[in-house]
Amino acid sequence: MKKLMLGNEAVARGLYEAGCSFVSSYPGTPSTEMTEYVAKYPEVYAEWAPNEKVAMEAAFGASLAGKRSFCAMKHVGLNVAADPLFTVAYTGVNAGFVIGVADDPGMHSSQNEQDSRHYARASKIPMLEPADSEEATRFTKLAYEISEKFDTPVLLKMCTRVAHSQSVVEEGERVEVQKPYEKNPQKYIMMPGNAKRRHPVVEERTARLSAFGDESDVNRVEEGSDHSMGIITSSTSYQYVKEVLGDRFPVLKLGMIWPLPEKKIRAFAESVSRLVVVEELDPFVEEYCRNLGLEVEGKSLFSPIGEFSQNLVAEKLGAPVPQGVALEEALPQRPPVMCAGCPHRGLFYVLAKNKITTLGDIGCYTLGAVPPLNALDSTICMGASVSGLHGFVKALEGSVDGKTVGVIGDSTFMHSGMTGLVNVAYNNSNATVIILDNSITGMTGHQQNPTTGMNLKGEPAAAVDLEALCRALGIRRVRVVDPYNLAQTESAIKEELAAAEPSVIISRRPCALLKYVKHNGPISVNAEKCRSCKACMKVGCPAISMKDGKAVIDNTLCTGCGVCTQLCKFGAL
Amino acid sequence: METKNIMIVGVGGQGSLLASKLLGKLLLTRGYDVKVSEVHGMSQRGGSVVTYVRFGDKVYSPVIDKGEADFIVSFELLEAARWTEYLKKGGTIVVNTQKINPMPVIIGAAEYPQGLEEKIRAAGMKLEAFDALSLAEEAGSAKAVNIALMGRLSKFFDFTDEEWLGALEASVPPKFLELNKKAFMLGRQA
Repeated sequence: MKKLMLGNEAVARGLYEAGCSFVSSYPGTPSTEMTEYVAKYPEVYAEWAPNEKVAMEAAFGASLAGKRSFCAMKHVGLNVAADPLFTVAYTGVNAGFVIGVADDPGMHSSQNEQDSRHYARASKIPMLEPADSEEATRFTKLAYEISEKFDTPVLLKMCTRVAHSQSVVEEGERVEVQKPYEKNPQKYIMMPGNAKRRHPVVEERTARLSAFGDESDVNRVEEGSDHSMGIITSSTSYQYVKEVLGDRFPVLKLGMIWPLPEKKIRAFAESVSRLVVVEELDPFVEEYCRNLGLEVEGKSLFSPIGEFSQNLVAEKLGAPVPQGVALEEALPQRPPVMCAGCPHRGLFYVLAKNKITTLGDIGCYTLGAVPPLNALDSTICMGASVSGLHGFVKALEGSVDGKTVGVIGDSTFMHSGMTGLVNVAYNNSNATVIILDNSITGMTGHQQNPTTGMNLKGEPAAAVDLEALCRALGIRRVRVVDPYNLAQTESAIKEELAAAEPSVIISRRPCALLKYVKHNGPISVNAEKCRSCKACMKVGCPAISMKDGKAVIDNTLCTGCGVCTQLCKFGAL
Repeated sequence: METKNIMIVGVGGQGSLLASKLLGKLLLTRGYDVKVSEVHGMSQRGGSVVTYVRFGDKVYSPVIDKGEADFIVSFELLEAARWTEYLKKGGTIVVNTQKINPMPVIIGAAEYPQGLEEKIRAAGMKLEAFDALSLAEEAGSAKAVNIALMGRLSKFFDFTDEEWLGALEASVPPKFLELNKKAFMLGRQA
């Protein structure tokens, strides 16, 4: 049956049809839905792991046990899992093992714009790159064939536009795969003596995979009538090229982005007068071509920054570019904001009010950085708030500071905040860590995590006791506050900053968007009492605005959290 | 058939994903090649959001670029103004006249622009403005504004009531179906 599927849903379909039966992932935009969709198939075991390294190692374990396995992550998640990645390249697999990684060109929801193709080359693991949902399903199944035929993990590379675009997929049947586990220390114990024997196997495998890419239609030439130019491209860039140029110029459409098909590329280059590579982000294919001694254009035309589009390709390759009419007026921007009723708002208000230096982390609470709160000082990667805070506080030890905290969400704390907190306790920095426990992984769209008491399939699960955990890690001062209560939150922060030892404050209140969270009725405004002081506007709540000099509440947004009420000195709210 | 382009723009959380799902299902049953592109993650938190729906004999790019949209369906007036450059010559903007203040306006760093409807028309674009929020509320929930807008958009296509309502049935949970059907028909008759 033909169905319209999101690219990530199509990967999940491919996993199902390929007989994958074990999936372990950590959510991250734009990769999350691969795992959410595959969890809907009862034949597939699927879980959220605490982080990407754990997920990849778990998926490797399942492959070793003889089941086809998968893990998914966003590009920066692959950095977390890079340690096992480079060594599973050496061990190879038992049953097929595929690693889904989703890049985010244009940074719709990411802190950097890294190009994950470099990981394929660096770790010597083949990488497939689908260009739409149909290919996402087909390449996922192909990835398992390659994995078992060549005894290698396979990277399946998505990007935002492929992961989050729906296109047509034809559904197929599932196959079941089960391989026996056999002890094989020379293959699976990567101590120096064994690893030295595996490395040549890996190099020889890469050469065989390149030859496979030469013969397989995973990399295909689409003929064109005009050989004055030939284009090598892949993924969503392929779609833009075809949209603009149709069948005019020959196109070498790459489906396997590593190792690259040397013979096919050389033959294609010889067939055209001018060779152009159209690829988003880094000149990965272009540099490969140049290393082959080919004359090639790529980044001399196309930027290494951001996403492409059909108009951009048209402009750079000399095709007509459609024009529209922009209004001449400068329009106010509409940046993302913390939702009305967001439990993070009260906490960030207190931090900003007290001019506390705040090292941030990855999650919805990164939005504490934007006006009017402006409450954050840094955001790097998962866990960096806690470990960075330790360094910051240590560096200023004995001097003036004493007004610096780190903020980290519950899921992010499970992911990689715990080890940072161990360092705080072990090396005794006078750090105050605030865990923003909203009982869910928020930004990626409400995924369960080890603190929530539920698993990916929505079944009850063991829940980490955050207070007990922090104490067990060596923190003696652990307390819980309700961020809707500004006075309580403020006094807790002041007391813990003043204490002469490390501390943890757990700011606990479930995400206002969770279905089980009951809201109070909307706050009402007594216009007669409102003195237009705009104190309520300091929290940046999208439900509050000023109209004719008086505060007004948008009843469709207000959850009645009461944070603004505590700011009004005149009892108008 | 040449590829047709519909952009759905609005404020994160207004329900543009459901609107695009409805269109996708409808167009697929009519035998078109269809692509729908969405943005998830941080942009969904009250920011400016855009969804692209493209259909035809063969669709390559999942996105719509400047000067390409046959229709821009906007959930909010300022957002319609923001995306006008994407409209094709002769294209139509269907807009809900609701105004939602963005954060720079809320905190007083900017003003919500006045007279946007007139300015869009003065720039030579066809603008179909109507109060979708009231229709959604009349149908039973402000949240159905997305479906009321789809009802208004449906007037520009030759699909039957049955085809639209069938696609709607396949897109929304049963307990919200009646409400959404009502919102759709109110928009279609507006």
